[in-house]
Amino acid sequence: MSLPKDYRYSKEHEWVKVEGDKVRIGITEFAQDELGDIVFVELPEVGDELELDEPFGSVESVKTVSELYAPVSGKIVEINEELEDSPELVNESPFEKAWMVVVEPSDTSQIEDLMSADEYQEMTDSE
Amino acid sequence: MGDLKRTPIYPAYNTKTVDFGGWEMPVQFVGIKEEHHATREKAGLFDVSHMGEILVEGPDSEQFLQILLTNDLAKVSVNQAQYTMMCYEDGGTVDDLIVYKLGEEKYLLVVNAANTEKDFEWVKQHVEGSVEVKNVSDEYVQLALQGPRAEDILQKLTNVNLSDIKFFRFKQDVSIERVNHPAIVSRTGYTGEDGFEIYINQASGLDLWKAILEAGEEFDITPVGLGARDTLRFEANLALYGQELSKDITPIEAGLNFAVKVKKDAEFIGKEVLAEQKENGPKRKLVGIEMIDKGIPRHGYEVLKDREPVGFVTSGTQSPTLGKNVGLALVRSDLANEGELLEVKVRKRTLQAKVIPTPFYKRK
Repeated sequence: MSLPKDYRYSKEHEWVKVEGDKVRIGITEFAQDELGDIVFVELPEVGDELELDEPFGSVESVKTVSELYAPVSGKIVEINEELEDSPELVNESPFEKAWMVVVEPSDTSQIEDLMSADEYQEMTDSE
Repeated sequence: MGDLKRTPIYPAYNTKTVDFGGWEMPVQFVGIKEEHHATREKAGLFDVSHMGEILVEGPDSEQFLQILLTNDLAKVSVNQAQYTMMCYEDGGTVDDLIVYKLGEEKYLLVVNAANTEKDFEWVKQHVEGSVEVKNVSDEYVQLALQGPRAEDILQKLTNVNLSDIKFFRFKQDVSIERVNHPAIVSRTGYTGEDGFEIYINQASGLDLWKAILEAGEEFDITPVGLGARDTLRFEANLALYGQELSKDITPIEAGLNFAVKVKKDAEFIGKEVLAEQKENGPKRKLVGIEMIDKGIPRHGYEVLKDREPVGFVTSGTQSPTLGKNVGLALVRSDLANEGELLEVKVRKRTLQAKVIPTPFYKRK
């Protein structure tokens, strides 16, 4: 699967899509493949503050738990409630339907610090 | 992963592998849930060649094993197998294992992969009388064929009438089509389903793997990795060493009373402590828990009652069969009653759970 070129990527395998003055966040195809069958997604609440590189939720597969690390700091303005009943969407559509949160970033320079699709591809190829 | 051992089936995996107790083993072939359901509904084939095999032979074998093992071997006849424990003097568990009585003076102990060396040393240290002990782990491939169609599949490959092999019984020298060496075929398993565990010379292992997959094609057989092996055994409440059992957990605490026969004649290792626990009840007990709040209990999570620590989770996941978030937990015995409300510490949150009966899954 090819990576969306206009997204930015973190070393913890989250993607960030800029939408005006907000960003949408999810986990990558690579991350869901490593986890296997996803059965539970734990997300923060609207209004919570994210802090760069700090855990803000978790994704659980049958086998294991993986924390979500904030790729940017900011305030949560929306969460994907569909994932509560349909966590398998993360396996099926990690870049589209299984977005996790929408955030108002407090420091947009953090977005620039993330990887491009090509840089992220290079990182996962070497893993 | 240069130092990891590989089983003779490795060339057929064609999937990602992980380090499991020093072995390079597959977690999944097509997906844990799919492999889990396939085994419950049809058939699954597992490579469990990493398991250890220790041969105990000689005129004093039975007498020796009666001291080493907690279950009563006197009740076991040739071509019968028994689930049993090796314990330390303090009642803690060295390993859980299956002993196969191959002959009047010949036994095969099948032990957990990661414990093989430790177990072999323990067995050698305690040898008494005319007994010979050999680690024959490298000589065997072990495959597990499990699920409701297991017998249909294996019967296609042999003239031996498999329905004659009852639960925890086995046959030796079973000829299997397209496979050079004869096998030991045992009606045992680690999934809660009907099925077989098959032991064969390692040189014939890959042929046997391929023959079973081919024979099973019409029944939708699936190769199964360690991931579903764990969820299957977990739902059936079958203990995993390192989780439900350890050097710090006795078989009585783990609820395995049936494998500890304190009334047998032999003064077996650990008897004093285990007899006391059986008589008066252990201070901790293994229970099933189901989450009330949203969250999944996992190995090592703390269990609380009214915010006070009372135990820990030994295993937990979302049960693929039930779709519920359930776990096994070792808790204070006075809290081990069905319906008891407990809390599980899941990262920063404290979530409600309740004690429920085990096993979570029982074959109809």
